[in-house]
Amino acid sequence: MGAGAAEAAEQREPGGNGYVGRALKRKEDPRLITGRGTYVDDMELPGTLYAAIIRSPEAHARITSIDTTAAKERPGVEAVFTGEDMGDLAAPCPMVFAPPGVEMRVPDHWPLARGKVGYVGQPVAVVLGPDKYAVVDAAEDVIVDYEPLPVVVDPEKALEEGAPIIHEEFGTNKVFEWSLAGGDVDAAMAEADVVLERRVVNHRTAGAAIEPRSFMAQWREGRLTLWSSTQIPHVCRVILSIQLGIPESTIRVVAPDVGGGFGSKLQVYCEEVLACWCARRTHRPVKWTATRTDDMLTTHHGRDQIDYVRIGAKRDGTMTGIHVKIVQDCGSYHLIEGPLIPTFSACVISGVYDFPAVKTDVVGVFTNKHTTDAIRGAGRPEATHFIEVCIDQLADELGMDRLELRRKNFIREFPNPRPHGFVYDSGDYDGTLDRCLEMLDLDAFRREQAELRERGIYRGLGFSTYVEICGLGPSRALGPNGWGMQGGYFESAQVRVHPTGAVTAYTGTSPHGQGIDTGFAQIVADRLGVDIDNVEVIHGDTETGPFGKDTYGSRSMAVGGEALARAVNKVQEKAKRIVAHKLEAAPEDIEVAEGAYRVKGSPDKAMTMAEIATEAYIPADLPDGMEPGLDETSFYDPENFVWPFGAHACITEVDVETGRVDIVRWVAVDDCGPAINPMLIDGQIHGGAAHAIGQALYEQVVYDEEGQLVTGTFVDYALPTAAEIPWIESDRTETPSPTNSLGVKGVGEAATIAASPAIVNSVIDALKPLGVTYINMPLTPMRVWQAIQEAQGRGAGPRATEQGRALDQQGRGSAGSGPAVPGDGGAS
Amino acid sequence: MSAKVPVRVTVNGRLHEVEVEPRLLLVHFLRDQLRLTGTHVGCDTTSCGACTVHLDGEAVKSCTVLTVQADGADVTTIEGLQEDGNLHPVQSAFWSQHGLQCGYCTPGMIMAAVDLLKRHPEPTEEEVRHGLEGNLCRCTGYQNIVKAVLVAADELRGAQPARPGEPEAQPTVQEVI
Repeated sequence: MGAGAAEAAEQREPGGNGYVGRALKRKEDPRLITGRGTYVDDMELPGTLYAAIIRSPEAHARITSIDTTAAKERPGVEAVFTGEDMGDLAAPCPMVFAPPGVEMRVPDHWPLARGKVGYVGQPVAVVLGPDKYAVVDAAEDVIVDYEPLPVVVDPEKALEEGAPIIHEEFGTNKVFEWSLAGGDVDAAMAEADVVLERRVVNHRTAGAAIEPRSFMAQWREGRLTLWSSTQIPHVCRVILSIQLGIPESTIRVVAPDVGGGFGSKLQVYCEEVLACWCARRTHRPVKWTATRTDDMLTTHHGRDQIDYVRIGAKRDGTMTGIHVKIVQDCGSYHLIEGPLIPTFSACVISGVYDFPAVKTDVVGVFTNKHTTDAIRGAGRPEATHFIEVCIDQLADELGMDRLELRRKNFIREFPNPRPHGFVYDSGDYDGTLDRCLEMLDLDAFRREQAELRERGIYRGLGFSTYVEICGLGPSRALGPNGWGMQGGYFESAQVRVHPTGAVTAYTGTSPHGQGIDTGFAQIVADRLGVDIDNVEVIHGDTETGPFGKDTYGSRSMAVGGEALARAVNKVQEKAKRIVAHKLEAAPEDIEVAEGAYRVKGSPDKAMTMAEIATEAYIPADLPDGMEPGLDETSFYDPENFVWPFGAHACITEVDVETGRVDIVRWVAVDDCGPAINPMLIDGQIHGGAAHAIGQALYEQVVYDEEGQLVTGTFVDYALPTAAEIPWIESDRTETPSPTNSLGVKGVGEAATIAASPAIVNSVIDALKPLGVTYINMPLTPMRVWQAIQEAQGRGAGPRATEQGRALDQQGRGSAGSGPAVPGDGGAS
Repeated sequence: MSAKVPVRVTVNGRLHEVEVEPRLLLVHFLRDQLRLTGTHVGCDTTSCGACTVHLDGEAVKSCTVLTVQADGADVTTIEGLQEDGNLHPVQSAFWSQHGLQCGYCTPGMIMAAVDLLKRHPEPTEEEVRHGLEGNLCRCTGYQNIVKAVLVAADELRGAQPARPGEPEAQPTVQEVI
């Protein structure tokens, strides 16, 4: 696809150096492959105090006393602070989702607990000292007495009458209720011949970036600097300003190299604010780096939805409507935007299908677990999972081929307004599915499947045809007057040509592994006609470049890239006017070709960017009225979201004796518009799919009945290794988005959004001959084996979970407190 | 805190004679005392491999080695992998094959891969996948890491790299190290 994409790119923006569309090696890599990257924990300031945090061992308790005397007396301890010491904070941790007309319950959430704790791991006190081993020793001497309170970890039980109330001030564990609908869903169900109903559990997972969170704060001369392993330095600065009660202009936040985010660093954490507060209080640099257990306990979790799905259809397969009730486990406190996440599920509830009526009811619930918030895909993986699994279920119910059912209902006209108010920008759902099937060779697989079954080998094939919403986003839709996010969602870029002709681009997005430095440099170098080695991309520092809105929701290229392209165009425009003036031509007759600004028809009359920059900065002969300099800024707020789509297929083999699932083949065809750098896109697809494979087969955050986290390390939380992840056979189609001039859509989350239902559908397909009709994730050997036993009418034996706890002690239905009953939600 | 213990350890060719707490982890000695911050810490349970270094030529996870255990030993970290300023073939292959994204697991992954290729100079894809089981990556889905190790294996054996799907050579970005 690379060559074709390059041609397409050059047609759109003729005459550059042809960097766009090529699989160029990354500019970021030389430092990272030699150990010279700079992550926060690599940084050191003279006089630094290290922080050790005392955390709650109780899931729900009153703090009756904290005795810090012994810890304070230890040698090498500079200070010990508790929540009571932090009375000068101006505000608790803000939660920025406030949908108009919706009652949203937001408990006060302080960086150190005040009087009460609501989850295991909640920070209670902090010890500071110059030696990072010694402060951990001293933390042992902080004595906290707790009066335990009843615990509730199951979100559905938390909603029941008589459940322990986590925040007494609300008198309920309900966080909020919110609906998004379009068309008449009741009528749709009434006119349907079949109404499929399933209860789909999407269990709790961890982002699990390999770099643990790390923060270092410095307070000097009334100014705060925070180095943070964050996706959102600009948002962080705003929130620090609110909580610390100091002007934003006195705060600088720097995100240096960031070791993966996946949404888990789209956050402003208690420890982050705490480090800043301690630095202000002690006038010393303060540093805190999470251990993996700190991260598993208190880096926000994701998913944890229970989805009650209803899909209506006519006998011929025409789908009449979809109605989903989402129970979202929010945990005990909010961080910046947790309750927003199920809203993203609602956005894509129509999937790639022409439902005339859709409705999503969301209910958020407090439980004595840690906060859930955005993890790669953030609500869209959950939606795609229940839609795509239920489409297969519906096909079985109708006795119809599942691809035929999909194609019968595919949306084919674009732009396409959906009943709930969104407009799909562009798409070609047949195109990605056709290409997927071409790569797969369906007939050959079916023959192989039949032959293998005769030998007792069970292979299955599953599909997922998805669309997702990204490129966040139009501020009119997302902001205070739309969904109620208290912020703007534009992006910014500044392009500065130096007097030598070298270029520095400052961007408001702040990547952490995506390769944006390279992709952005390709755009700049092409449009300005300069060598890519002469382009530097700077990001992740609130004191350089304009105010930006950071990185999440697959927005860097679709929003940040477009802001950059617009700033570049302004520079190009001015450069053309300078060239036209010097070469005595009309500005419209100047083109950028082969690395220079040339007069059309007289290609030898040309100026390089270095020559143009010299004119701009030694302004002896500029056009009348032109300002000196060559330095332009753009802010871009998109008119619409972008809607990437694609088709994934997965072949699994299930060992029916042990329940073990192996992925045999993976075919992914994705469309995120024209490629800027196809190698980076492939990388995002590989990693995105692997993330979902982890959730579908291995990963689960598990709390026990008492709210203790059972999966607190990488020994218990099973991230997939190279041996579990299959070779991803990937290809792309390129359907440009009309939303931005680059035609691009996002790709960072696409494959995570796509992949999990393909696995589940594949395993169900494999096990259909044994009578298995439905199964919830994660498809661990025990769960798969139990599903087979139950389908075969055999007892499933002692129902131990992966952690060895009896399932019936776990409570049915909590997505995060142990697996639901296999086969739960079976045929209605 | 207990009495400090003398340790003689050679790191990237340079001898260090130091006194350390017996409990000091090798990774903290490397990072905090020698300021060799290319070796990372990603877990506390020997699971992720971000801290992989070579101890007397063998890959070890330095979060599970005490500095005192390295007494008399020769340690190589990612910073010591280049020879005469040239990238090691495994480093080059990680770059050319897009074998890294955020880069955090990368030093450990490269050190593990170098060790793997020493033991298995001509590995199959399957052998590479199993050989790297002790190193976790959340970004790449491992595919381009596996590709990079296979390309590096060819390079180290002096064979012509002939792997499909290799990105075109970068014509402009110079090796900046």
